Amino acid sequence: MSSTLEILLWVVVPYVSLAIFVVGHYWRYKYDKFGWTTRSSQLYERRLLRWGSPLFHFGILFALGGHVIGLGIPESWTAAVGITETMYHVVAVGIGAIAGFCTLAGLAILIYRRRTVGPVFSATTKNDKFMYLVLTATILFGLSNTVLGAAGEGGHYRDSVSPWFRSIFYFQPQPELMAAAELGYQLHALSALLLFAIWPFTRLVHVFSAPLGYFTRPYIVYRSRDPQLGSRRAARGWERVGGDRR
Amino acid sequence: MRVMAQMGMVMNLDKCIGCHTCSVTCKQAWTNRSGVEYVWFNNVETRPGQGYPRTYEDQEKWQGGWQVGRRGKLQLRTGSRLKRLLQIFSSPKLPSIQEYYEPWTYDYETLTNAPLQEHTPVARPRSLITNEPMNIEWSANWDDNLGGAPELTQDDPVLKKISAEIKERFEQTYMFYLPRICEHCINPSCAASCPSGAIYKREEDGIVLVDQDRCRGWRQCVTGCPYKKVYFNHRTGKAEKCTFCFPRTEIGLPTVCSETCVGRLRYIGIVLYDADRVLEAASTPNDQDLYMAQRSIILDPHDPQVVHAAEQAGISRDWIESAQRSPIYALITKFEVALPLHPEYRTMPMVWYIPPLSPVVDALTDTGHDGEDAGNIFGAIESLRIPVEYLAELFTAGDTDLVTGVLKKLGAMRAYMRDLNLGRPPDESIATAVGMTGQDIEDMHRLLAIAKYDERYVIPQIHAEQGPRQEEFDTGCSLDYEDGPGMGGWGPFGESSGGSTPIAVENFHMLAARQTADTMAAPGEKAQRVNLLNWDGKGAPEGLFPERPEESAALQGADGGGVGEGSPAVTDPKP
Repeated sequence: MSSTLEILLWVVVPYVSLAIFVVGHYWRYKYDKFGWTTRSSQLYERRLLRWGSPLFHFGILFALGGHVIGLGIPESWTAAVGITETMYHVVAVGIGAIAGFCTLAGLAILIYRRRTVGPVFSATTKNDKFMYLVLTATILFGLSNTVLGAAGEGGHYRDSVSPWFRSIFYFQPQPELMAAAELGYQLHALSALLLFAIWPFTRLVHVFSAPLGYFTRPYIVYRSRDPQLGSRRAARGWERVGGDRR
Repeated sequence: MRVMAQMGMVMNLDKCIGCHTCSVTCKQAWTNRSGVEYVWFNNVETRPGQGYPRTYEDQEKWQGGWQVGRRGKLQLRTGSRLKRLLQIFSSPKLPSIQEYYEPWTYDYETLTNAPLQEHTPVARPRSLITNEPMNIEWSANWDDNLGGAPELTQDDPVLKKISAEIKERFEQTYMFYLPRICEHCINPSCAASCPSGAIYKREEDGIVLVDQDRCRGWRQCVTGCPYKKVYFNHRTGKAEKCTFCFPRTEIGLPTVCSETCVGRLRYIGIVLYDADRVLEAASTPNDQDLYMAQRSIILDPHDPQVVHAAEQAGISRDWIESAQRSPIYALITKFEVALPLHPEYRTMPMVWYIPPLSPVVDALTDTGHDGEDAGNIFGAIESLRIPVEYLAELFTAGDTDLVTGVLKKLGAMRAYMRDLNLGRPPDESIATAVGMTGQDIEDMHRLLAIAKYDERYVIPQIHAEQGPRQEEFDTGCSLDYEDGPGMGGWGPFGESSGGSTPIAVENFHMLAARQTADTMAAPGEKAQRVNLLNWDGKGAPEGLFPERPEESAALQGADGGGVGEGSPAVTDPKP
């Protein structure tokens, strides 16, 4: 049976964090569509951004892909299609390390830029600073896990962290798995959970605006004028002909 | 044929004196906020010049607008959708704030709290971006009136297209002003570049707007617009652009820039166009054919077939009539004197320009010739290649014949009208020489020179079709519920029954009645009684006091009122 601390850390915290994540995004989208933006600072400075931003973003997108595979796909599935543990480990650690270092390098450039370029620094809010702190911590913990894994001292997350992560979503949490994981993974998970909890309230929300619809929509968007002028709905019988054609 | 209505503007550059009133009033109305300090939805450039932002017309550098691909397919100059999305993390062609200018304010506080000193204290400029003291080295209009030429003007992208010999001489030749707003293109490349689909074209009037709730600050529109008329608000992280003052045009008022233009050089109206043929027209292979291609999709609003198709498309009768009376349709299609700005960007811009003839006339007058004589002016337009070639690069993708044709028409109008004004018989041959009739020239003269308000601005109102709901309802009228008693007119039980008439509505009708009635308001009808809330204090209109039978004749004094110092008998009570 798990201790109270284990249940708190690996059951309560994850569910609270994910609940804040989901409900927070719903709330933010409903009440702050205007504030939902990348808050780009490219207008102020573009030379450093030219390197830092793509490095960071592409790096972290690869890292995200790695997490989906590593946490989402059970070991038994990969074994069933003939991928050995060693093969998997080499590929995952290799790509993960490259992506991780790209992310870290990009982040370093971006933070340096944010601190040294006057206009960018003055456009940085406290919210941003706190978010950067949590994000950097999460990335550093994650990268150190990968590096340690590459050095052969650990990297056994597929039989501990991954099943625990999936168990959260089955609603049959298994805190004892995570409690048994290495400290690096525990720290990475905790800082990630903190990041998820603050996510909806930071500029990170722009992740959910990834403009994938751009591939399928026509180039020119036509929209009818807002049918409603004021804050009240039109009286019954006075709706516009053709209804809302948006 | 799919008929759509498009709001557009024509500017008569001959009349622009470069006073920047349009820019200033627009800025006061729309961009006097933090985050858009550097933004001018309307700016006036001196040409030749670099423009704002600097060298924005150099599309090799900034990659704005559309181009025709190898297989004749229209595509954005920045490449495919995938390529643009891969570059989204750092938009490679975004102008930096320095390309516009770094906005500043002055340290005014120094003027009041500086210690006693020998010299007058100075308010030093401070950057609005960094808040640090700064040197002012550029602004939205640094090369106004060719300030700093030729060092600055040699970077003019339009000038670079013209031969070297002309470049050396241009500065002695002429300059003119080019007021610019968003073009509200029929084929807007900013909207096409927007990954979020936040920029849209309104179905009703073709105005291009940014949905502030959908914009996610990807900045692609700034790159996509070849005119650089979409701006990034660095505080909110959203794109902003000229709105064609839609809250004004929706109720039939001209835009702020037009309303305040002292030269009265702006014309606003709608045209009907065939939306099905836009892509085909924008894909025209040869740049110089784009002007005619765009003209070809603009439909004749007098053609019964077009009218029928417009009605089928849900365009209301008053909009069709506005299109028939549209000044911009007349200038574009009937008189053929308006030209689009940079048609080679293939966005089908809808702010057109009448190229300036004045520099030619001035140059001619300087040489001692009569600058308004038809014979002289036609010859001069031919020989003054420099202005013509420059204008052609701006308005016709380099086709000088088109510009010459327009300038000849303007010259012919001056020569023809001068004869009339001097009481000489009209010389029809002047009109014939430019393919017009004398009547055409007189009509054009009326539109361009007399430029009456009602003829410059033919702006149909948007149909709200929302019935009896006005602003007072939004402040919470207790009768505002479905099937409520409504307002206006009396209820079933006489004048005090039914809903109350909102004051704004009552005032409006009252003032309208007083302005149009021949007599002072009579108290007989409720609607004509004097409402003290809007009584302007002048005189004592009838209806202000209840009528007394025996004095009703005395009240009808010559001055229209009888109450005052001069008429004590009237106010004195009688036994």
